Amino acid sequence: MNRFKNNKKFRDNIITYLLVIVIFAVVESLKATGHISSLMKGLLVPVCIYIICAIALNLCVGILGELSLGHAGFMCVGAFSGAFFSKCTAEVITVAPVRFILAIIIGALVASLFGFLIGIPVLRLKGDYLAIVTLAFGEIIKNVINVLYVGKDSEGFHFSLKDMVSLHLKEGGQVIINGAQGITGTPNDSSFEAGFVLIILTLFIVLNLIDSRDGRAIMSIRDNTIASESVGINVTRYKLMAFTISAGIAGVAGVLYAHNLNSLMAQPKNFGYNMSITILLFVVLGGIGNIRGSIISAAVLTLLPELLRGLADYRMLIYAIVLIILMIFNWSPAILELRKKYSVRNFIKNKKTKEVE
Amino acid sequence: MKKVLSMVLVAAMTMSLLAGCASNDTASASTDSSTTQAQADSVDTSDTSADSTDGAAASGETFKIGGIGPITGGAAVYGIAVMNAAQIAVDEINAAGGINGYQVEYNFQDDELDNEKSVNAYNNLKDWGMQILMGSVTSGCCVAVAAESAKDNMFQITPSGSSVDCITNPNVFQVCFTDPNQGIAAADYIKDNNVASKVAVIYDSSDVYSSGIYAKFAEEASAKGLEIVSAEAFTADNKTDFSVQLQKAQENGADLVFLPIYYTEASLILSQADKMGFDTKFFGCDGLDGILGVENFDASLAEGVMLLTPFAADATDDATVAFVTEYNKRFGENPNQFAADAYDAIYTIKAVLEAGNVTPSMSVSDICESAKSGMTSVSIDGLTGLAMTWSADGAVNKAPKAMEIKGGEYKLIQ
Repeated sequence: MNRFKNNKKFRDNIITYLLVIVIFAVVESLKATGHISSLMKGLLVPVCIYIICAIALNLCVGILGELSLGHAGFMCVGAFSGAFFSKCTAEVITVAPVRFILAIIIGALVASLFGFLIGIPVLRLKGDYLAIVTLAFGEIIKNVINVLYVGKDSEGFHFSLKDMVSLHLKEGGQVIINGAQGITGTPNDSSFEAGFVLIILTLFIVLNLIDSRDGRAIMSIRDNTIASESVGINVTRYKLMAFTISAGIAGVAGVLYAHNLNSLMAQPKNFGYNMSITILLFVVLGGIGNIRGSIISAAVLTLLPELLRGLADYRMLIYAIVLIILMIFNWSPAILELRKKYSVRNFIKNKKTKEVE
Repeated sequence: MKKVLSMVLVAAMTMSLLAGCASNDTASASTDSSTTQAQADSVDTSDTSADSTDGAAASGETFKIGGIGPITGGAAVYGIAVMNAAQIAVDEINAAGGINGYQVEYNFQDDELDNEKSVNAYNNLKDWGMQILMGSVTSGCCVAVAAESAKDNMFQITPSGSSVDCITNPNVFQVCFTDPNQGIAAADYIKDNNVASKVAVIYDSSDVYSSGIYAKFAEEASAKGLEIVSAEAFTADNKTDFSVQLQKAQENGADLVFLPIYYTEASLILSQADKMGFDTKFFGCDGLDGILGVENFDASLAEGVMLLTPFAADATDDATVAFVTEYNKRFGENPNQFAADAYDAIYTIKAVLEAGNVTPSMSVSDICESAKSGMTSVSIDGLTGLAMTWSADGAVNKAPKAMEIKGGEYKLIQ
């Protein structure tokens, strides 16, 4: 309890956990009593996916201080490797949760491997090179998957970059990744509960990393690279560490995505450049470096366009306006001043001081 | 203390936001939440007859048909065509007294060409009280939605989702040809009519429709002894310059270029082939329908292009003329093949509901069962084909029409 009172960081983290748990409990009880619409029910897993993604990117942008524009690419890698595994083993491993957990681990490992490989050359450089390279990575991955054909038959796996026919599958063979048509028929293992557990796990990893010795080293690199180098911090190593973890978590979000829908395709809409920007938007609007803010903004901004469906054609227009207003509300100096003046916190403080007087 | 308070406030705000979302949404979906709930229940359990009649009574005894497709973004042309044409069909049906004496309500939702958004649109329509789904317009979205509609056992008919994966579930039917059927039909037509012996193919490998047709075309061509001299792909990110693909086709001595793609790219290919002086025959599928309407495209280049399509806007039969005139009057443009498919889809729904004597008071699942058995027995004379019938696997049986562009018009090849 003393720790709760004295350690601001610890208190902050507990609040974040509680926030997630309370919302989970409320939604679960609404679900149990049937007070939730089908639309909301369908949106629960996507919200979890984007929350996890936003946390991952915040680790990279907010804590490490490197801009990544390729997190949709890491999601894509995770999604396809996880779905590939699930589809291959759907008949062998019949216990869905076990298969799903293995798929998540594989997705995370493959995505972090790609993050690691990209990080080795790029994170040695100073400047915005990571943004450029990750941007390219996201596009390359999407295009490679769009021409990738993988099939399985009695002789093992067949690969092709041309078309389905040149796989030369034996009788009874099964096409797993079918080029632009992606993977169809992934088992539907994602659930809101699984998403919740993954969010808590992600939070646990990221928040503990931030509070650890390594985390402080990472943040010192963000704040002043030269100073941190001068005290003997291995800059590249810590940068790589944070970036690889961030990529791995994005991969987990991808696996969750792949197991939520029946058909998985790498389209510009879901794994393209725009998606990376959307995830960055969650992070920026939630506050760079503020994990709790990322969670809230990812949830709100994912739900918003769907809840505006009633407005038909004006839906996307209003969404854009809301984004601009949020941006101004969050960052405009004049508004910040006003917010300081009229905040709830101030109100309580003033009351207290008056009482004292 | 302040921290604790602000924590409670944040939590409360977020909770109220989430809770508010749920209740607001059901309210705005124009049915009261109890109705939606009753219907949802009856889908889940499908044993409480009291519940389902309750739900229908509250919804005012109308059939609720939902539609899903992209009406914003890159593929908006297709979604808007489907939305408009279905609206025309619904209005006609309502004016003529509805289905089995019940009026039809119609609600179309945007999916932005995103599988995930398509499922969201589906859930949104379910909250609205949808009983029958006409959608999704595109294949990928359709596969994702079909998995959901199978869980609810809701009757689904897709106007233009042409991939085979769309109809793996027994509750889904197609109005358009499946991609493989188009590929096979095209190869057969070219071989059987001796149109050409050396074929080059240019296709879009990032598009399900295009690569689906190509895969089957290649298979059928090799089985039939049709020689494919070059098969060159392009992708959605790289579809403005086709000189490389055309050069390959020319060098390999192709006497026909097969274009299983959409008309926007095809128009570019035609003008680039003309510039290169590559004079050959071009052959396409239903995606080429609409090529004469492309802006800044010299329609004379399309002279002699052959295509297999179920619909041509300038056909002269009464039904097509009436539909095209009405569409032109209301939306100011010629309808494409997607529009015709959607129009037929709505009339197909009408026919099966009438065949099964379905009333809106039946549960979603019962409607689906009745419609499923009805689909295999009805025969529809629509815009996209005469005497269309369906097999239980969901694919349509109709004859593709081979058209040739002559004198700036689509002419049926006899």
